[in-house]
Amino acid sequence: MRTQRFRRRTLLPLFAFLGVLLPLLTTDLAAATDAAPAKPVKMNSTADHTKYEDLQQVFKSGPEVTKACLKCHTEAAGQIHRTKHWTWEFLNPENGQRLGKKNVMNNFCISISQNYSFCTGCHIGYGWKDKDFDFTSEVNVDCLACHDTTGSYKKPAGNAGNPVVGEPMEMPPGSGKMVKPVDLTKVAQKVGKTSRDNCGNCHFYGGGGDGVKHGDLDSSLASPDKELDVHMDATGLDFSCGTCHKTSSHDVPGSRYKPTAREQHSAYIRGKGEKVNPATCQACHGNKPHKSPILLKSARMNTHAEKMACQVCHIPAFARGGVPTKMSWDWSTAGQKGSDGKHMVKKDATGHVTYDTRKGDFALGHDVVPEYRWFNGDIKYTLLGDKVEKSDSPTPINRIDGSPTDGRSMIWPMKIMRGLQPFDPVNKTLVMPHVAGNDDIGYWKNLEWEKAIADGMRNVNAPFSGKVDFIKTEMYWPITHMVAPKEKVVSCTECHAADSRLKGLPGIYMPGHSAKGWLDIIGWLAALTALLGVLIHGAVRITLSLRKAG
Amino acid sequence: MSDRIYIFNRFNRFWHWSQAVLVISLLITGFEIHGTYSLFGFEKAVSYHTILAWSLIGLWAFSIFWLFTTGEWRQYIPTLEKVDAMVKYYVTGIFTHSPHPFRLTRLQKHNPLQRIAYLTVLSVIGPITWSTGLLYLFHDYWTEWGLRGFLVLEWVAFFHTMAAFMMLTFVIVHVYLITTGHTLTAHLKAMITGWEEVED
Repeated sequence: MRTQRFRRRTLLPLFAFLGVLLPLLTTDLAAATDAAPAKPVKMNSTADHTKYEDLQQVFKSGPEVTKACLKCHTEAAGQIHRTKHWTWEFLNPENGQRLGKKNVMNNFCISISQNYSFCTGCHIGYGWKDKDFDFTSEVNVDCLACHDTTGSYKKPAGNAGNPVVGEPMEMPPGSGKMVKPVDLTKVAQKVGKTSRDNCGNCHFYGGGGDGVKHGDLDSSLASPDKELDVHMDATGLDFSCGTCHKTSSHDVPGSRYKPTAREQHSAYIRGKGEKVNPATCQACHGNKPHKSPILLKSARMNTHAEKMACQVCHIPAFARGGVPTKMSWDWSTAGQKGSDGKHMVKKDATGHVTYDTRKGDFALGHDVVPEYRWFNGDIKYTLLGDKVEKSDSPTPINRIDGSPTDGRSMIWPMKIMRGLQPFDPVNKTLVMPHVAGNDDIGYWKNLEWEKAIADGMRNVNAPFSGKVDFIKTEMYWPITHMVAPKEKVVSCTECHAADSRLKGLPGIYMPGHSAKGWLDIIGWLAALTALLGVLIHGAVRITLSLRKAG
Repeated sequence: MSDRIYIFNRFNRFWHWSQAVLVISLLITGFEIHGTYSLFGFEKAVSYHTILAWSLIGLWAFSIFWLFTTGEWRQYIPTLEKVDAMVKYYVTGIFTHSPHPFRLTRLQKHNPLQRIAYLTVLSVIGPITWSTGLLYLFHDYWTEWGLRGFLVLEWVAFFHTMAAFMMLTFVIVHVYLITTGHTLTAHLKAMITGWEEVED
């Protein structure tokens, strides 16, 4: 008994002591277990390329890097070869037109013919300097353009898609401007997932400069705030291009040659809609995206979305990140020299070029309200050899199709790039001039159209009469980036008003905008007549009463 | 001397005045949506117009019920009797203070012109307004309901606007005719108190 009591007495405090100590001990132990695998590890990839033996070498050229990449990524080059990022060619299955940068013309620098070395600074390959480039070469695939994460990988225009390696290079030769070489080893060891910067290196600078071409793609999207793009918001959702342009097998979906103008389905579960374009708004949001607690309001908003692309309301303006975009380019005024007989450049108050001897006059725009068109996704290009007529109405570089009644169209916001560009008035075709280049033919150096055009046309075996005139052209660029937060969408009265954004578009009835004028005239006349009638009647009554009283 | 008759009971007055407020507010917001001026802003105008419209539809439902359960609907049976006399009175008699050709009673509180006018409001302007208005409100469901092929928004809007102009014209004339009673304010007082003064 005694011993038992003694035991109980001594054990109780012991248990109590342990009860306090144990939790302390275990937490300490747990902390120790957390600290144990202290070995640093990459969390965004299962491979650390700095550890690859094949990348521990001094690379003398781009293809040498690719060769190393292909040792492991055996299928990558073959996948790239099938994409239009590589071929710069796109066969439109609807109308059989052979498109792609290799074949089309635009109203910026016009075409790549005989300008290869300059344009192919944005080709995902090495060495495309003339029309004989080998498109079957695996080592000429440029992995780094899309997978560099250092930001140091640059391919200067004029170097046929090659980076400067080894020694600094004077570009253009004789200019005294030195381009620093790229450390290919460092870049190769730091490859990673494609970011906005990778895509932006080319797509932000299309047309030869920041924001020039698209209007809805420029360097402001490298690190945008929410106001500029609600999805790419760098401190918010921070989407990369690939979040929407969901890529598989290196083939990036979302085409400007055959865009998806109308999607009539609910949102896709990723992986279920392989045959569809994952880059549309509807791919994630579905086609009835609006929700409102107010009776009938969601339905009203969703009905708007039956006729209008989401972009109409959700992108109130383009070029709204502070970078202006080119709205027109007049090549016909090129060639004027300064009083000193030298090339000249005129700039506007903000320092942006508005005239360049080599290029002509530009008009720039920022925070531009788009123009709106019915669009069903069909685009027909005016290609080399297609007959064009000089007239007051511009020749469409790309003719977009659409109507309110074809059942396939939506209203879309567009940037319409307008300009005057050289054409052959005898053969009545557009032309492909050789503009860039440090030779005695290129227009930018020599300012002689005949020679420059003859060279560009000979290169693609196209006839050229030797005569040069200028023709008005326009080119359509559907607007789809720079999506504003919902508080900043286009307000009702910007369309539901006499002076409407959609003014002149056929096939729509909008309260506040499109009422019949004659009904108003008759209606107001009726009301006014009634008013005058009662006023006169009343006046007569008053007058007669006063006379009687008087 | 004058006599007093109780002709507008409480519900009748409530109906009249709430309808007056609703109709005038609907005209104000409606013409803003139409694009005639901007006052509240399009989006707000649409919301207000929608709320007011549902209220008016509700009020009309009650008033129709009231009209039929009380037999008051008989007050709107049109008649041509004395119409010529009424017209003559408004064109000449009223200026010379001739006696009013119509003597209202509890059972006949509207003169023949009023009967025709109010019947038009209740059976023509009203139905055009609310039928096109409801179609307008439910425009978003036309496809689901299979109406898309038969109806064009443009014409629905046209008739809705037309009815609005008719209503506006009615309101102008109606407001003036308030002053043509036994005294200038006799009709107004009647609609406020329910009691109409009539000539002895």
